[in-house]
Amino acid sequence: MNEPYRRQDRAGSAEPGGRDAVARRDRGAEPARPARASVGLAHRPDARSQRPHRLSAAADGTPPDPVLVVRGLVKQYGSLRALDGLDFEVRRGECFGLLGPNGAGKSTALKLILGLAAPDAGDIRVLGLPVPQKARELRRRAGVVPQADALDPDFTVAENLLVFGRYFGLSDALVRTRIDPLLEFAGLLGKRDAKITELSGGMKRRLTLARALVNDPEILFLDEPTTGLDPQARHLIWERLRRLLADGKTIVLTTHFMEEAERLCSRLAVVDHGRLIAEGTAESLIAAHVQPNVVELSGDGVADWLQANAPLAGVSHHELVGETAFLYCADAESPAAARARAAGLRVLRRAANLEDVFLELTGRELRD
Amino acid sequence: MNRFALPLPSLRWLPVYRRNLLVWRKLALASIVGNIAEPLIVLVAFGYGLGGLLPQVDGIPYILFLAAGSVCMGTMMAASFEALYSAFSRMHAQRTWDSLLNAPLDLDDILIAEWLWAGTKSMFSGLAIIAVVIVLGISREPTLALVLPVVALTGLCFGAIGLCFNAIARSYDFFTYYFTLVVTPMIFLSGVYYPVSELPDWLAPVAQALPLAAAVNLARPLVIGQWPTEVWVPLAILLAYSSVAIYVALVLTRRRFAA
Repeated sequence: MNEPYRRQDRAGSAEPGGRDAVARRDRGAEPARPARASVGLAHRPDARSQRPHRLSAAADGTPPDPVLVVRGLVKQYGSLRALDGLDFEVRRGECFGLLGPNGAGKSTALKLILGLAAPDAGDIRVLGLPVPQKARELRRRAGVVPQADALDPDFTVAENLLVFGRYFGLSDALVRTRIDPLLEFAGLLGKRDAKITELSGGMKRRLTLARALVNDPEILFLDEPTTGLDPQARHLIWERLRRLLADGKTIVLTTHFMEEAERLCSRLAVVDHGRLIAEGTAESLIAAHVQPNVVELSGDGVADWLQANAPLAGVSHHELVGETAFLYCADAESPAAARARAAGLRVLRRAANLEDVFLELTGRELRD
Repeated sequence: MNRFALPLPSLRWLPVYRRNLLVWRKLALASIVGNIAEPLIVLVAFGYGLGGLLPQVDGIPYILFLAAGSVCMGTMMAASFEALYSAFSRMHAQRTWDSLLNAPLDLDDILIAEWLWAGTKSMFSGLAIIAVVIVLGISREPTLALVLPVVALTGLCFGAIGLCFNAIARSYDFFTYYFTLVVTPMIFLSGVYYPVSELPDWLAPVAQALPLAAAVNLARPLVIGQWPTEVWVPLAILLAYSSVAIYVALVLTRRRFAA
């Protein structure tokens, strides 16, 4: 029995204190939510019992084993050092985000982790398999959503899934049983026989996601999954990814959308110049790297005002980006805000977010 | 990941080959018409038009002489187009290969599939031209059946050569050079339109070593109902080009994807 898709509401089968509860607590995300009946991607309990380390993790409350370990990864392309000693770990059932500006090495890291290129130095283990030595076995058990959809334009929606399933050595009969649940999951059941050219950008992305699930992967890699999508399409992708997490999948994604990282990822790694420069939950990164409160000043003469009034009381440091100044403050009520308002500047007070951390860590100069 | 390693035998290429076959089945008629139109026009126009003005060539009517050349040329063209333009679309423009690599497949699997597919597709074209030769009554010899393996080998040979150039192409424009600098001169040197013996003395031996000439040397006697006087030499030439070219294509493609 290797038919992993079952259409049922799994909420009843997740016993309290069981693996799912631990996994959810570990993610520190929103309260546990039942997988919807329409997901149709739940694992069978007997399939789960084949992974004893997950059950033992639940029993003693320790974090689950890492499913992905990257140590000292180095990759040189000519004179460019794309990766320069990258280290990180991903635990089972979590959503791990690789953040970094363009060219930071995120996509190179994914390429190496999937065994599509050999590292110049370092070790990679995914699902216990050494990569690139066992890369093919890893890819058999992994799903990949690449940056470009790369769907087959000559095939219908359903044919895209059928043909992709064959690449994994799956029988047509097996893949055919998976097509409808996958299309339902992707919200594309009505587009079953549509041509790819008839799909919107969001639909193509969802089909690419469904295609990445055709082999029922244990771990899912997404390279900038929502780049180029409008907000509605983006929220739909996020909602589907949360369903997959609720189903116990491990997700590794690269992104440069801070909102995406904050909403989805239980842990984040900020990568720049091919190296890990910070790691943790969004909250812990904010606490560790920036003051909790931000005052944004804008309007004519911000730079002059800042120069005339610095240093400002209650402001630990400030940044000037174009016509906007960012004042980082320990207290929500900074006297600097009142003074700036009196000087006729526009003042916006807000809590620090991941974007502040990102800009603090990776700098504000433009990357291309 | 040794770039120079020989490919290990496996059947993993099969689903990729089936993918291409499924696409072809959707566009089969257009594809065949596109591939055989030119050799057919050449066969009819030159064979009947020019042939009416010519005495016998090599002791046979010109259209019969031209038939074998048209079959081989059509096969070569179909294999080359598939291994260049179509494979490049899948590799570069459509990023189909990238998707394949995210599945448990390697470049070797993909390249072998593309190679066998180019061979298969060119066989359809060769077969179509043979059918026309039979329908028009140009030749109805039983030895025509033996042209099929020649067509298959010719397709694999030019598929493999095409994949070498595919591996180093930066854009579709590059293939123009291949067709104008490699394919077209080869057609004129390989005894498609006139016997190689008409070439200058210094050029004829060079021409005989070309893969298209080898294919024509095998196919022409079979089309006119004779057994080829030389079997092993042209066969060895085609096999040598095929195996060297597919290996070079593998190495070049691995290099391309490592960058």
